[in-house]
Amino acid sequence: MTSDVAQQDITNRKSGNPINWALDLCALVGGGILNFLAAVGRLADFAIRSVMHCFTPPFYPSQLLRQLTDIGYYSLPVVGMTALFTGMVLALQSYTGFTRFNAEGAIAGVVVLSITRELSPVLAGLMVAGRVGAAIAAEIGTMRVTEQIDALRTLSVNPFKYLIAPRVIAATLTLPLLVLIGDVIGVYGGYIVSIYSLGFSPTTYLTQTWDVVTDMDVISGLWKAAVFGFIVSIMGCYHGFNSARGAQGVGAATTNAVVSSSILILIFNYLITQIFFS
Amino acid sequence: MSDKKADVQASADKIVLKNVSKAFGANRVLNNLDLTVPAGKSLVVIGGSGTGKSVLLKSVLGLLTPDSGSILIDGQESIGSDSKTRSNFMKKFGMLFQGGALFDSLKIWENVSFGLVHGQGMSKKDAKLIAVEKIRAVGLRPEVAELYPAEISGGMQKRVGLARAVASSPEIIFFDEPTTGLDPIMADVINDLIVDQVKDLGATALSITHDMASARKIADFVAMIHEGEIIWKGPVADLDHSDNAYVDQFIHGRADGPITRRVA
Repeated sequence: MTSDVAQQDITNRKSGNPINWALDLCALVGGGILNFLAAVGRLADFAIRSVMHCFTPPFYPSQLLRQLTDIGYYSLPVVGMTALFTGMVLALQSYTGFTRFNAEGAIAGVVVLSITRELSPVLAGLMVAGRVGAAIAAEIGTMRVTEQIDALRTLSVNPFKYLIAPRVIAATLTLPLLVLIGDVIGVYGGYIVSIYSLGFSPTTYLTQTWDVVTDMDVISGLWKAAVFGFIVSIMGCYHGFNSARGAQGVGAATTNAVVSSSILILIFNYLITQIFFS
Repeated sequence: MSDKKADVQASADKIVLKNVSKAFGANRVLNNLDLTVPAGKSLVVIGGSGTGKSVLLKSVLGLLTPDSGSILIDGQESIGSDSKTRSNFMKKFGMLFQGGALFDSLKIWENVSFGLVHGQGMSKKDAKLIAVEKIRAVGLRPEVAELYPAEISGGMQKRVGLARAVASSPEIIFFDEPTTGLDPIMADVINDLIVDQVKDLGATALSITHDMASARKIADFVAMIHEGEIIWKGPVADLDHSDNAYVDQFIHGRADGPITRRVA
């Protein structure tokens, strides 16, 4: 009976029956969806395990210190430069547009709100995704393919506690600090252009900036930064930890870490903005 | 290091594998494999590439979970054990990886003492003393302790890997292709070091290799794996008259015989 059905199925497929083409298409789409959901499930499982290991001993303070330095301190020049020039460009572009409506007085407000709410956290997140996410994926991926992660296990050390937890904690804590510094530098960039290039009064500019910005503008940006830091570290660790063999595998893990964390940063930026300002 | 076959039964078994199977998708790598390693003896598993040697070793180490079967370490079931039991097993183990698997970011002495500091909670000061002693024991100068893995040769990395494997005086030591990638003289030096270290510790050793010179030197017993099954096992002295066509072909490195290789 079963073989008859199977034979009929083969005959139908060979005959190019449109119904079978539709079924094949459904199978393809369904398979794709199942694969996607399985990948999301694996990532969620990895993230939950990572978070649990952040709060349970043993802890490795020297590893955490190293990651705080690597992820936080060494990202400062990149984030600072990005914020500075973004603030400067923002002031110039706002001036170009606002002079048409005699609204030059709004430039200081536009700069500070754009920087604190959006540009500083998002651009810092993307820059750190490129610098740190790639480095995490490459380092852990190389450790995977050279059996260093297996070696950790044979030496009675849990790789999640030794490798993953310090990176997740460090990225989640340091990105808000980087963004806070980026906020100040970005606003200062707008200030420089406005004062020395556009001829604004320093006192007026600073007063307008101070009048417009609220605690929530800065805090929302810092929350975003913490989430982005978590995303960057988790995606870097996940792709590195599951890296395929060889140089190509590590290269693919690095690319996937940067691309996936960048996309997730943009998605979560919208969601967090919706939560804070809708 | 030759012994009589009767010794296998007389000794207590340190590692026992029963009906162990492991597949990756449709590829069945271990196929109801049975193997015992007597306590205090060195067993070497020989076999060609892709026959399941590495999967066998990683299954015993707990780095891979078999699909079915049983792996007993000192009579205690390893498969499906909880994290505490697994941790206790790991404290008995030492492992020399094929490529060394040294941690790039750590100095040589930190690599050797890693298990002592992070696995056993020993102070760095005490662990460093032991590490330098082990580095010396594997024939390296103490100054090497302050270098990084990238600053030493492949042969030296193998020695450091051996020092790390024995640093915590494990009961069971695993060797994954210990001589791969080394010149014949350095390979023989590593073989001698393995024999010395295992003997000094009174440890049980399970090795995998396709280097017959290495197998003859470090083994008390030899087992041959083919297509995921142990097809022959016996004392190393019986290797040359095993009456097994697969073993004969393998140890003499002949292209013709029952083992066929796909070359394209």
